[in-house]
Amino acid sequence: MGTTTIGLLIALGVLLVVLFWLIGIYNGLVRLRNEVKNAWSQIDVQLKRRHDLIPNLVETVKGYAGHEKGTLEAVVAARSRAVGAQGISNQVVAEGELSQALGRLMMLVESYPDLKANQNFLALQEELSSTENRIGFARQHYNDSVMTYNTRIQSFPPNVVAGMFNFTESPFFELEQPAERAVPQVKF
Amino acid sequence: MWEAIASNARRSWVLVSLMGVLLIALGGTIGLAIEPQVGGYFGISAAVLVWLVLWATAAGAGDSILLSTAKAREIQKEDAPQLWNVVEEMTIASGLGRMPRVFIIDDAALNAFAVGYRPQKAAVAVTAGLLKRLNRDELQGVIAHELGHIRNQDVRFMTLASVMVGAIVLISHGFLRGMFYGGGRRSSSRGSGGGQAQLIFLAVALVLAILAPLAAQVLYFACSRRREFLADASAARFTRYPEGLAAALEKIAGQAAPQTEISRVVAPLCIVNPLQGRALVSLFATHPSTEERIQVLRRMGGASFAAYQAAFQKVHGGRARCIDARTLAEDADVAVRAASAEPAGHEAAVVRAREVGELLDRVASFVVIPCACGVRLKLPPGFPRDTLKCPRCGTQHAVPRPEAAPPEPRQPARPLRYHRRTGGWESFQCTCGQTVQLSPTFGAPDVACPKCRQRIEVVPAGSA
Repeated sequence: MGTTTIGLLIALGVLLVVLFWLIGIYNGLVRLRNEVKNAWSQIDVQLKRRHDLIPNLVETVKGYAGHEKGTLEAVVAARSRAVGAQGISNQVVAEGELSQALGRLMMLVESYPDLKANQNFLALQEELSSTENRIGFARQHYNDSVMTYNTRIQSFPPNVVAGMFNFTESPFFELEQPAERAVPQVKF
Repeated sequence: MWEAIASNARRSWVLVSLMGVLLIALGGTIGLAIEPQVGGYFGISAAVLVWLVLWATAAGAGDSILLSTAKAREIQKEDAPQLWNVVEEMTIASGLGRMPRVFIIDDAALNAFAVGYRPQKAAVAVTAGLLKRLNRDELQGVIAHELGHIRNQDVRFMTLASVMVGAIVLISHGFLRGMFYGGGRRSSSRGSGGGQAQLIFLAVALVLAILAPLAAQVLYFACSRRREFLADASAARFTRYPEGLAAALEKIAGQAAPQTEISRVVAPLCIVNPLQGRALVSLFATHPSTEERIQVLRRMGGASFAAYQAAFQKVHGGRARCIDARTLAEDADVAVRAASAEPAGHEAAVVRAREVGELLDRVASFVVIPCACGVRLKLPPGFPRDTLKCPRCGTQHAVPRPEAAPPEPRQPARPLRYHRRTGGWESFQCTCGQTVQLSPTFGAPDVACPKCRQRIEVVPAGSA
C-alpha cells in the first residue's frame, strides 16, 4: 500500500515535469513561428514602401528626361504588376522585374547631370537605395528566422511536439534566378 | 540564432549574483565589525538598500541621465536622412521590432553608444565626427554593433552590473573613511566585552572593503569585453559585411584627439573606449583592444557567427571561445556581401562634412541666411541685432526672428481672475511668476501684471 502510493506519487511527479517541459518546448516553437510571421510582414511593408516611392520618382525624372518615355513607362507598368501580384511566387517574379526596371531608370539618370544635382531627386535616390537595402535586410531576417524555426522543428525533442501540434516548416525566400537577384545599382 | 542572448543572460546572472554575494558579505561583515550582536542584519539591509536606490535611479532615469551627460540631442528623419535610414535598416536586419531613438553629439571625436534599459525604449547616439568621417558601409557597421548590444540585452546587464559595482565601491569607501576618522575612538570606548570577535570581524571587513571593489570591477570588465566581441559578431551577421565595421574601427582608433565630452560614465557603452589615452591595466579595460577586434573581423571567412568564432580562435590561438556552442550549431553559413557603390575621395568627404555641419546647426537651431552672392550667413540662436551686413557684397539682411512673431502680451484662452479675500493689502502671483500687489483702496475691475502686462480681473471681496 505504502509503496504503491509512493510509486504513484513519483510517476505523477515525473509526468508533471515532462508536461512542463513539453509546454516550454511548445511555447518556444510558438515564439519562433511568430517571429517568422513578423519577419514576413516586414518584407511586405518594405515592398509597399518601394511601391509608394516610385510615382514620386517617376514624376521627378519626367521633369528632366520626359522624352525617355519607354523606360519610364516600363517602371510604371512593372510597379502596377508588382502591386497586383497574387501569391508568393508571382510576387517574387514581379518584384524582380520591378527591380530591373528601376535599375535601367537609374542607369539612364547618369546622363542627366541636372537631374543628378536636383535636391529632391537626391533625397528620393537615398530613400530608394535605403528601401532596396531594407528589402534585402528584411529578406535576410526572414530567412534567418525560418532557419532557426526549421532547425528547431527538425531536431529531436521539439519535432515530437511539432508533429503533435502541426507546426510545419516555412519556405525560405529565395529569388529563383540570379538575374532577378540584381537590385538596381544606385550610384551616388 | 538568438540563443546567444539566452546564454549571455545566464552567464550575466551568474556574474551579477556573484557581485550580489560580495555586496551582502561586505555589508554583513561591516555591520558585525561595528556591532557584533545585530549589526550583521543591519549591515546587509543597508547594503541592499543602497543597491536598490542606485538601481531604481539607473533603471528609471539612467538613459536620460547618460544622454544628457554626453550632451546628446535627439534628431528626426529630416535632420539626417542617411543616418536615420541606416538605423532603420539595421533595426530590420536585427529583427529588433522597434526602431531606437537616434541622438547626435556635437563632438569632433569618433564614437557611438547605445542606451536602453528596456530594448523597447532603446536609443543610439553617434558623434558628429563619426558622421563626418565614415562612409555608409562603415556607419552601418557601427550602428549594427550598437543594435547588437541592444538586441543581446547588454545595456540592461551593464546597468545592473555597474550599479552593483557602484554600490560596493560606495559602501567600501564609506567604511574605510569611517575607520580612518572615527574607528579608533569607537573601539576604545567599548571596552573589552566581546572584543575578540569584533576584532576578527573588523579585520575581515577591512580586507573585504579593500578587495571587494577590485574584485567587482574585474568581474564587470571581463564581462564587458566578452560582450564587445559578441556585438562585433552580431554586427557582421546583420550587415553581412565585416569589413564595414573593421574599417570604421580603424578610423576610430586612428583619431588623434581623445574624447572630452563623453564622460567616464558612458565609457563602457561606447563602441571604443573614449578614455583610452589614460593608462588602463588590461584587466580593468572595458573594451578589448581595437586592433584585436579589427584583426578578428578581417580574418572572417564569411559573415556567420561560426566564421567569427573561427577568426577569433585564429587571432587568440587555442580553444578560446566567444560564442557558445548552441548558437553556433543553430547558425548557418552566410556569405559576405559586396561593398556598396559609393564615391570615395576628397570631394565626397567635403560634401559629407558640410552636411553634418548643417545638421548640427539645425539641431542647435542656428539661423542660416543665404545671401544672393553665395555666402551663407550663419547666426547663433539669440543673435542680438536686427540686421546684418553680408561681409562679401555688403547687402543688408533682416534677421528673422523665429519666436518674436507675437510681440503683444499673450492672452490666455481663459480670462485670469483673482478673487479678493479681504479688503486690505493683498498680493498674489501672476501666471508669469510676478507678484502683484493690491492696496486697500484698489477699486478697478482689473489690474495689469507689472511684468508680462497681461490683464487680470479682480473680483471684490464679498461678491460671488
